Amino acid sequence: MTQKTLRKGNEALAEGAIRAGVRFFAGYPITPQNEVPEYMSAHIADAGGAFVQAESEVAAINMVYGAAATGTRSMTSSSSPGVSLKQEGITYLASADLPCLIVNVMRGGPGLGSISGAQGDYFQATRGGGNGDYHVIVLAPNSVEELGNFPKLAFDLAEKYRMPAMILADGILGQMMESMAFNFDPVDPNKLGKFDWAVDIHKNGRGKRNVFSYKGDNLIADVVDRAKRYGLVEETEQRFEERNCEDADVILVAYGLSSRACLEAVNHAKEQGLKVGLFRPITLWPFPSKRLAQLTDKAKGILVVEQSLGQLVQDVKLAVGDKTPVGLNAYPAGGQPDGAQILTAARSLLSGGKEGLFSLQEHAKGFTYDCRRDLALGVQGDNKGANK
Amino acid sequence: MYQGIRIAGFGGQGVVSAGILLAQAGVENKLNASWLPSYGPEMRGGTANCSVVVSDGEVYTPIVSAPQTVIVMNEPSLPKFEPMLKKGGLLILNSSLINSRPTRTDIKTVCVPCNEIAQKLGMDRIANLVALGAFVKLTGAVTLESVADAMKKVYKRAKPEMLELNKKALKAGFDAVE
Repeated sequence: MTQKTLRKGNEALAEGAIRAGVRFFAGYPITPQNEVPEYMSAHIADAGGAFVQAESEVAAINMVYGAAATGTRSMTSSSSPGVSLKQEGITYLASADLPCLIVNVMRGGPGLGSISGAQGDYFQATRGGGNGDYHVIVLAPNSVEELGNFPKLAFDLAEKYRMPAMILADGILGQMMESMAFNFDPVDPNKLGKFDWAVDIHKNGRGKRNVFSYKGDNLIADVVDRAKRYGLVEETEQRFEERNCEDADVILVAYGLSSRACLEAVNHAKEQGLKVGLFRPITLWPFPSKRLAQLTDKAKGILVVEQSLGQLVQDVKLAVGDKTPVGLNAYPAGGQPDGAQILTAARSLLSGGKEGLFSLQEHAKGFTYDCRRDLALGVQGDNKGANK
Repeated sequence: MYQGIRIAGFGGQGVVSAGILLAQAGVENKLNASWLPSYGPEMRGGTANCSVVVSDGEVYTPIVSAPQTVIVMNEPSLPKFEPMLKKGGLLILNSSLINSRPTRTDIKTVCVPCNEIAQKLGMDRIANLVALGAFVKLTGAVTLESVADAMKKVYKRAKPEMLELNKKALKAGFDAVE
């Protein structure tokens, strides 16, 4: 086994990207992902690549747009509000069928939010934060090791299907240090095959090439044609990890850091004689609904644990349908999931109780609101989430 | 073996770097390890702290909300972290700077005069390593040698004489407890 080294999440990600053959990085500073551009600025030139600290997030994503059109493995990284700014560029990249990597080390939101780790950008990432009918492949690492290894996977998939890929991490994964090892040999981008679409050096008599985001004549045909590749991705690239799901009474569904708290819950459940399993989506788009639907036939309940206020749970409900009750244990805006609380919620789900479970309907019970009155909402937030 | 640890003190007392050192020592011992600095809303309130996990199996969450061991280096950290400790957990208390004592009776408390020991070695700043030495003796989670090895990787730019002094502080902390 490779000797593991202790690395910070953001640095593992940046090193992993260079090893994956990234030779162009453009970004703009924002906490909690600053170590990514910092590391890139120190190391990508040694690998023969270029680092640009752009004047804004919008500039950075458009630089990636240009670099990706040349077939270079290109990436940008940011955190939630910064990724919001990049959405225009992302939809153009998708419409130009360009592979690239966008990293979102999520923080609390909406708006400026906070620098705490959070998962509030699930909808933005999986539904397309920009305009139009498009998708990006979304990978959700849950460890420093995966942060380091997913850039390679992201580019392999992005290039295979000619579409942008995103790594959706969070502030805690980015800031933590953990023992990790890379699972691939460094990629030499010069040894990768050339693309027949890339606007690289015009020589050896090859014909003219253009990369268009708008082809002008038949948008409907273009969009429908591109959707075939999306269908192929949905069919073949659903990735997940499962633990003790086969005979579980309650299956926890969580991605990223939340899934780590769930591991603690699964482990403690065993000690307490509860049968709890964990289903962890690794691709958020495509969502691994096929396997999840199979697993839920036997389970008495599905508990979604997310650091947001009911986003992941929607994909879970789409996959599960009415077969099994689905509960939500939510920690929005920088709340930190906790193994003990998760188990409380799992018990509630089995017994029909409410403790640890969140639903908007319950939350708003008895609440009245007059928009013309200066209304003190009187809700005290804490670090433990939204659950009752 | 699964050790979830919280180390807390004033900013500047080296609690965050002691945590990195401990995590690196875990890696030297071929254990899995994680480290997480105080972050987000926890940062408010005058204390710095970090979470460390060392485990011979998988590390679950890096956020240690119910630690097996807490090391408190200053007064304000005691009331903040004492309640978090697991039942039967270990509290290492820097008695040089903390006059209060824990109120819980279901935990084991070991008082170590970290700053006094460090001052005797000639440098107040290495009190964090005295505490870490005590932790190594009391838990056996990592070996003393592995922490010394870890220093070379974590304090890459430290002068050799500084590393020697650090090692002395570790050993002094190790010897200060039973």
